[in-house]
Amino acid sequence: MNQWQNFTKGFIKDNPVFVLLLGLCPALGVTTSAINGMGMGLATTFVLVMSNTVVTLIKSFIPAKVRIPSFIVIIASFVTIVELVMQGFLPALFEQLGLFIPLIVVNCLVLGRAEAFASKNNFVSSVIDGLGMGLGFTFALTLLGAVREILGSGAIFGWDFVQGDGMLVFVLAPGAFIALGYLIAIMNKFNKA
Amino acid sequence: MEYIIIIISAIFVNNIVLARFLGICPFLGVSGKVSTSIGMSGGVMFVMTIATIVTWLIQNYILIPFSLEFLQTITFILVIASLVQMVEIMLKKVSPPLYQALGIYLPLMTTNCAILGVAILTMQNDYTLMEGVVFAIANAIGFGIALLLFSSIREHLDLLDVPEGMRGVPIAFVAAGILALAFMGFAGLA
Repeated sequence: MNQWQNFTKGFIKDNPVFVLLLGLCPALGVTTSAINGMGMGLATTFVLVMSNTVVTLIKSFIPAKVRIPSFIVIIASFVTIVELVMQGFLPALFEQLGLFIPLIVVNCLVLGRAEAFASKNNFVSSVIDGLGMGLGFTFALTLLGAVREILGSGAIFGWDFVQGDGMLVFVLAPGAFIALGYLIAIMNKFNKA
Repeated sequence: MEYIIIIISAIFVNNIVLARFLGICPFLGVSGKVSTSIGMSGGVMFVMTIATIVTWLIQNYILIPFSLEFLQTITFILVIASLVQMVEIMLKKVSPPLYQALGIYLPLMTTNCAILGVAILTMQNDYTLMEGVVFAIANAIGFGIALLLFSSIREHLDLLDVPEGMRGVPIAFVAAGILALAFMGFAGLA
């Protein structure tokens, strides 16, 4: 597989949210608006790239039996970095994302890529895989956030183009499930064709 | 009275799966059959309660006295991961029948964000140890109720004639959305 395919597979073919169904908790929890989805996606991308990098560099030193706990510690360190940086420089976004920032630790996508890809492949492929998967995740979250924002409040990236309220249900919890269900159905259609 | 409010709000108003979006992976993963969803709920209740007690003690007797709160994420996940391993080993020795029933669900607990999420929420809400325990048990019951309802719905969905593109996961999500809509009816209770 060449590196370009390795990079682009995260967007449509193996999209973490729509196809692999990984990292669904933040995907549903924070996507009340497009910008929140994007912020969460980029934070996860950073953690994913950094954890893939470290895991691939030290994979030969980690005994197989304790690899999962070691991966978790590596991931948790980067999540703590993201948490502190975001709290310091983007307090408004940090407030919005709230609980889901520390929960990047248990995002199955990050651990999944470390275990399934970075621990078996070389440095360059692992970094590209992390970047591609992370941006695919960002794409999915931004798309879901945009759909919910357009339907729920008649706005996109905070820009109001419809006067008055939208369908409030899409900003609330049930709308997240319904919007994601239909997006997955559309993606299935795309991937089959 | 305090406890009753915590229980009602954790089970119905802020249901951990349908309103807080925690534990979606097991919610989708094991909800195919009613029997597995009962096993999973039992495991979650067991681990969630123990994890909340242990993380509460660590937070209040180690992290806060030494001003190490910024290490919360990394400490909690390590504690939960080792706790799950320990519970598994102990259960195997102490109570084989319980291990039989919950065993296969235990390894999944480490990456279940509901466990870590409830531990962090307990600290954020400044609960006392007793309130934290009640909060954890109530959340586990809420998880169990959501999972049980959802798996019963999915068993019925399998028998229905669903349009081709919507089969499987998409229709399950739409069903979960409608279930969440029903749970919103409880919003006035708190």
